[in-house]
Amino acid sequence: MKSLIKEFSKGITVLNPTFGLILGLCPTLAVSTSLFNAVGMGVAATFVLVFSNLIISALRNFIPARIRLPSYIVIIATFVTVCELGIKAYLPGLSKSLGIFIPLIVVNCIIMARAEAFASRNRILPSIFDGLGMGVGFTLGIAIIAFIRELLGSGSIAGIGLLKSNEFILVMILAPGALLTMGLLIALSRLMGLTKR
Amino acid sequence: MEISRIISIAISMVFINNFILSKFLGLCPFLGVSRRTQAAFSMGIAVIFVMVFSALLTSLIYAFVLVPLNIVYLRTIFFILIIAAFVQLIEMVIRKKSPALYKALGIYLPLITTNCAVLGVAILNINEFFVPGAPVYAGILYSIIQAFFAGIGFCVALLLMSGIRERLEFTDTPISMKGIPVAFIVAAIMSLAFMGFSGFKL
Repeated sequence: MKSLIKEFSKGITVLNPTFGLILGLCPTLAVSTSLFNAVGMGVAATFVLVFSNLIISALRNFIPARIRLPSYIVIIATFVTVCELGIKAYLPGLSKSLGIFIPLIVVNCIIMARAEAFASRNRILPSIFDGLGMGVGFTLGIAIIAFIRELLGSGSIAGIGLLKSNEFILVMILAPGALLTMGLLIALSRLMGLTKR
Repeated sequence: MEISRIISIAISMVFINNFILSKFLGLCPFLGVSRRTQAAFSMGIAVIFVMVFSALLTSLIYAFVLVPLNIVYLRTIFFILIIAAFVQLIEMVIRKKSPALYKALGIYLPLITTNCAVLGVAILNINEFFVPGAPVYAGILYSIIQAFFAGIGFCVALLLMSGIRERLEFTDTPISMKGIPVAFIVAAIMSLAFMGFSGFKL
């Protein structure tokens, strides 16, 4: 049990995908314009991470080493498609605002990296917890960025307006704001010693 | 098939909707290989090449396999497999035919498979040019053109960034800002500059 908690918590702290490993940047920056979008993206990626880790770990003794990467891609792409169709059916608004970044979860480096580095070498239960921890870490990272950008860029938190229209900086929800926020947050997490350099 | 549409695709992909600086596609290689100009140039050329050919292959497969068989919902799986297989093939051909080129591009080729810009342009092409009712052959042509100019835009941003980063190494940056964080700040300023193009319309 203790080791499972360790697998879970490392994705949130030391090996945080967003600020520590600096993986999966494209969706992190592109969909962090509002908290709602960010959490939606995080949950979708977590779903794919947990299930692809589960299946890859279960099949780790059957997949030949030489064709392991294409096999992982097919498994991951399957869950991404499930996720894409599910979001399109039940949350059409979210599907519209995330756009092509839902199918692009396939090429999110976090998922491939965990499949290769963890799920292909460990038993099923630790792999699920690893996927869950990484997913939660990713969601947390993207939500922090979205919180800052949404507050400064459109003056609201999760859609609830807080600031008057002359008090916020529009550029924060545009592309430059994302890059700036990300750079400053990584520097901050290094300065505070939260993640390894 | 109009010239004005081609020009507007070109300007949009290179400047207005630059893949890296305004759409955030392909950020990992943008930060990973922008330390040296030479490496950045090789990566840029490899990306243009792979993007154009995978756009051709994916649009052909979409128009002549997925749509007739009514399995459009499988496009993500198909596209990523096509791209992965194509990149593998290119790597094998280059290694056999031109060892010099392999040495220059070799390590970047496998990285391209997980470059979201390549899959991104394939999906964008389908969303934009393959709406029901649009002529298929024009769609394929526009897809290739869009992929080519998206690749050029990627290459331009990568080269600009590598030029800046080569000089950044000699500056006195605070320890926690060194490397990736300061690269993000530079990218933010570049992206701000590219926003100047956004009023541009044909």
